[in-house]
Amino acid sequence: MTINEKQDQIVETFEEYTDWMDKYAYLIELGNNLSPLDPKSKVNQNLIEGCQSRVWLDAEYTNGMIHFMAESDAVIVKGIVSLLIDVVSDHTPDEILNTDLYFIDKIGLKEHLSPTRANGLLAMVKQIKLYALAFKTKG
Amino acid sequence: MNEKLDINAIRNDFPILSRTVYDRPLIYLDNAATTQKPRCVVEAIEHVYYHQNANIHRGVHYLSQRATEAHETARATVRDFIHATSSNEIVFTRGTTEAINLLATSYGETFCNEGDEIIISAMEHHANIVPWQMLRDRKGIKLKIIPLTDLGELNMTAFEELLSERTKLVSVAHVSNVLGTINPIEEIIEKAHARDIPVLIDGAQAVSHMPVDVQQLDADFYVFSGHKMYGPNGIGVLYGKEKWLDILPPYHGGGEMIAHVTFEKTTFADLPFKFEAGTPDYVGSVALAAAMNYLSSFGMENIVAYETDLLLDATEKMMKIDGMHIYGTSSHKSSVISFLVNDIHPFDMGTLLDRLGIAVRTGHHCAMPLMSALGIDGTLRASFAFYNTHEEIDALVAGIERIAKMF
Repeated sequence: MTINEKQDQIVETFEEYTDWMDKYAYLIELGNNLSPLDPKSKVNQNLIEGCQSRVWLDAEYTNGMIHFMAESDAVIVKGIVSLLIDVVSDHTPDEILNTDLYFIDKIGLKEHLSPTRANGLLAMVKQIKLYALAFKTKG
Repeated sequence: MNEKLDINAIRNDFPILSRTVYDRPLIYLDNAATTQKPRCVVEAIEHVYYHQNANIHRGVHYLSQRATEAHETARATVRDFIHATSSNEIVFTRGTTEAINLLATSYGETFCNEGDEIIISAMEHHANIVPWQMLRDRKGIKLKIIPLTDLGELNMTAFEELLSERTKLVSVAHVSNVLGTINPIEEIIEKAHARDIPVLIDGAQAVSHMPVDVQQLDADFYVFSGHKMYGPNGIGVLYGKEKWLDILPPYHGGGEMIAHVTFEKTTFADLPFKFEAGTPDYVGSVALAAAMNYLSSFGMENIVAYETDLLLDATEKMMKIDGMHIYGTSSHKSSVISFLVNDIHPFDMGTLLDRLGIAVRTGHHCAMPLMSALGIDGTLRASFAFYNTHEEIDALVAGIERIAKMF
């Protein structure tokens, strides 16, 4: 699937949840199901410090594709993190760099990417692009 | 129900309390961060701008004189509200933080030398930590920290042991912004004064919740912010005994604070103007006085009684929630409850409470050293004001229970 196909699928899934609390219950489920980060990745170097919650993000580059691994100390953030890394993982640096992550807005979670939330997610999105750029440069 | 206060009528004085968030009635429980403003405070601001706006002091024209009178009447209102001896002891600042920074500079640079010590506590807000660390780095002084007991109270035995020949100041919170603990500041002041050590009290979390009498306390300095006591943002107060303020050098230089200026030498104005460089916030001062008059009209004793009811009701009901842990269990508490439920992250619980229209604060509450001492990253904090109701507490408890089941 392309990045946008994955995004559209998430948007479709979230359309089923009309109540906000159901939407969050689903995010919590996703967060709880996210595999814990390997201890070698859960290090300060990979830490994105938010004021309210923290996110760890690591990436691997194999066969021209980037695979992301991430975790957060807050479950809702972990749920959003899980969606984000699913969407961008196993794509080429160019695909990731050229993508517009519109699904967050469409599923009504844009507020979680606002700088005032200070939950580390906005910085995580930037970091995803930085990884893509770094791997592209490295070739 | 409270017999002395008509809470519904009080709520009607605060237009914002009738708004909704996410189509739900707003339940505002973040009062320790900032309180909402009654109509009379906002109207006071409007009145100054529409009817008497002019720069104050030394204006010969009519408006300037009216504005000056209003500003100085506001100062007298503050004086009376905290029972200071004289208006000379009331310095307007931008808030608690600026007041502490003023003292860290004016007092610290004058009286503290290398090896001297300043005592603060483990429950201080960053505003009462960082200015002293900056002074420490400039002057080579030492910071001594009063540890806490398991109840979240100051360890008074340890405090007495920290007092030494080198102690130049004790600076502690009247009420903890995280734990809600009301500290025994009378005792602290008495013990420090027995060794001729002055005491600064950070009253930011106290002034809107209890009567404060600086003379009875015998505090040397007492500081607080307007916005946490139903007043406007950007104004606060430094109370200092006249004998101290007299001998301290000015903090900022500029207009308003001078007596005579030549390029060779400047002589400074008398108190309190020596500490108020530049055009003061003569709008904020008047609105702060309006907030104080508003509070006084209900009687601080009645406010304490009602808020204590709220605290007890909330504590009792919250304790019944499975997995509830309350941080700060002193028997002397103001209406602040910091808590965690099971291992649910404060951000998760806070985000979901917000969706239910309930505003609480999450995180470290600008007290990271306290969080380290408690061994946690952060808490949720519900903090009550006298416009909150028992029904809102029930909604908070129901919300927490509902959310806890989601994890």
